[in-house]
Amino acid sequence: MAWLRYLKVWVGGAILLVLCVCGIAAPILSPRDPQSQTLEDRLRPPRWFENGSPAYLLGTDNLGRDMLSRIIYGSRISLLVGIATVVLAGLLGCALGAVAGYFGNTTDEIVSKISEIFLAFPFLLIAIAIMAFLGQGVGNLILALMLSRWVQFCRVVRGEVLSIRERDFVTAAKALGGRDGYVLLRHVVPNTFASITVIATFGMAIVIITEASLSFLGLGVPVHIPTWGSMLSEGRSYINRAPWLTVFPGLAIFVTVFGINLLGDGLRDIFDPKLRRQR
Amino acid sequence: MNTLSRRLVGAIPVIIGISFLIFLLMHIAPGDPVTLLLGDDATPADIERTRHEWGLDKPLMVQYWDFLSRAITGDFGRSLKFNEPVMKLVAERLPATLELAFASLCVAILIAVPLGVYSAIKHNSLLDHAGMSVALIGVSLPNFWLGIMLIYFLGGQLNLLPVAGRVEYGIEIKSITGLYLIDTLLTGNFTGFWSAMKHLLMPAVTLGSSLAAIVTRISRSSVLEVMRQDYVTTARAKGLSEKNVIWRHILRNALITIVTILGLQLGALLSGSVITETVFSYPGIGDLLIQSISARDYKLTQVLILMFAVTYFVVNLLIDLLYSWIDPRIRF
Repeated sequence: MAWLRYLKVWVGGAILLVLCVCGIAAPILSPRDPQSQTLEDRLRPPRWFENGSPAYLLGTDNLGRDMLSRIIYGSRISLLVGIATVVLAGLLGCALGAVAGYFGNTTDEIVSKISEIFLAFPFLLIAIAIMAFLGQGVGNLILALMLSRWVQFCRVVRGEVLSIRERDFVTAAKALGGRDGYVLLRHVVPNTFASITVIATFGMAIVIITEASLSFLGLGVPVHIPTWGSMLSEGRSYINRAPWLTVFPGLAIFVTVFGINLLGDGLRDIFDPKLRRQR
Repeated sequence: MNTLSRRLVGAIPVIIGISFLIFLLMHIAPGDPVTLLLGDDATPADIERTRHEWGLDKPLMVQYWDFLSRAITGDFGRSLKFNEPVMKLVAERLPATLELAFASLCVAILIAVPLGVYSAIKHNSLLDHAGMSVALIGVSLPNFWLGIMLIYFLGGQLNLLPVAGRVEYGIEIKSITGLYLIDTLLTGNFTGFWSAMKHLLMPAVTLGSSLAAIVTRISRSSVLEVMRQDYVTTARAKGLSEKNVIWRHILRNALITIVTILGLQLGALLSGSVITETVFSYPGIGDLLIQSISARDYKLTQVLILMFAVTYFVVNLLIDLLYSWIDPRIRF
C-alpha cells in the first residue's frame, strides 16, 4: 500500500498549497472587497439557490458582504497564525528540548519541570487564559498558541536527542574534537528533523482549529478582520434563516484541517519504519 | 513512603507553579481590572479605595501569598460579576460539566473502542480503511461546527432534540448530586430523566466526536502492536478460541495505551467543554468561564482556569496510578 502513503502526502500537500495560494493571492482571487457592505443584498443565498444572485457565488452575510471573498481572506489568518505559531513554537521547543536532552543533569531537570507545568494545562485552556488576559490581536493570538504548543516539540526532541547522543557517530564527532554546540547543531539536531516535520504538520492542524475556536469564542483576532471562526460565530444567530453563513466557513476549516492531517499521516507513515512494518 | 503519597507530594510544586503562572498572567495583562470594572465615571478616589479593598496596592508576592493562603482554606473570594462566593458558583455549575464530560467519554468509548479493535483485527480490509477514514474526518471536524450543524439539522430542521439548556422549562428536578440523570433516577422522575437525556445527547456527541476519532486510531494501533507479540501466538498455538485470545490476551494488554490516551484526552474534554457549552448554552463551568472573561471578572476567571488545570493534573495522576492495576508488571 505504498501508493496510499504517497497519495495522502500528495492530496494533503495539494490542499495546503491551495490554502497558501488563496492566502497569498487573496486580493486577486476575491471577487469583492471582504469588508464592503451592500445592505440591499443582505442574506442573499448562494448562487444555485432560487433567490441566489450570480454576483455572489456563496451568498452574502447579514451585512451584505460577499461570503466567498471573506472565506478567501479568512484563509490568510489561518495560514499566518498556523505557520507563525508552528515556526515559533518549533524553534523554542526544539531549542529547549535539544539542550535539555544533550546536556542532561540540571538543564534537563529545569526544562522538564517547566514543561511539566505547561503540560498540566490542556493546550486550548492555556490559549483561552492568555487571550482572556492579554486581549484580542493577531500578535497575542500567535503568542498564546505558541506558548501552548512549544512543549510538544520540546518533549519529542528531548526524547530523540537523549537516544541520538549515545550513538557512535556522535561519540566519533566528539572524539574528533567537535565542540558541544557544533556536535549538537551539525550531527544531533538534523537527525530529529523527521519527527519535527510530523509534529509540525499535526501541530499546524491543531493550531488552525484552535485559532478558529478562539475567534468563535470572541477571543481571537479583532472582529473587523475576517476569520473563519468569527464568521461561524456571527452566522450562528442566522442558522435557520441563512445556514450558508455557518456551512461554508465550517467547510473551509474542515477541508484545511483534513488536508493537513492527511499530509501529517502520510509523512508519519513514510518516516516511521515501525508503522511501515505494521501495515 | 508509598506510591500514592510520593506522587501527591511531587504534585505540590507543580500545582503551586500552575497557580503562580495564572496569577502572574493576570498581573502582566494590560489594563487595570478596577478601572475596567468601575468604568469611566469612577473618580481616582473610588479607584484607589477599591484597589485597597481588593489588596491590589500590595506588592505582587504579598498578593500571591494572600491568594494562596486563602485558597488553601477554600476561600477564593467573591465574583465581581455575580457578587457571590466563587466556590458557590463553581459548585452550582460543576455537576453539569461533569455530567457532560462523562457522557462524552461514554459516547467516545462506545464508538471508538469497538471500531478501533475491529479495524485492527480485520486490518488492511475495506472496513479497516473505512474506519480509519472516518476517524481522520472526525479528528479534522471542528467540534463547534459539528455542534452548530447538529443544532441546525436535528434541532431546527427535524425538531428531534432540544438545542439549549439542561432540561425543559417547567420540569422540576430535586438536586441530590447535581447530576440530573442520576438525580431523576433516584427520585423516580422519569419525565425529568428523559428531558435531561435529550438535552445531553447533542452536546455529548459534539464533545465526544473528536475524542472518539483519536481513541479509534490509538485502539487500532495498540491492538495491532499486541497482536504481534509472542504470547498471542502462544495463546493461539494452545488452541484457545479466537474470542478468548482477543478478550483475554489482546484486549487486556492493549487496554493500557487506550486508558492512557483516554486520561490524557480528559483535559481536552474539559477545555472542549468551554466551546461545546457555549454552542449549546449549556450551564456548566465552561460557559461560566466565557461569561467571566466577557465581564472581565478576573477573580472568577483565575479560579476557573486554576480549577481546570488542577483537575487535569489530578486526572493524569490517577491515570498513572491506574496503570499498575491494569498491568501488574508496572511498578512505580
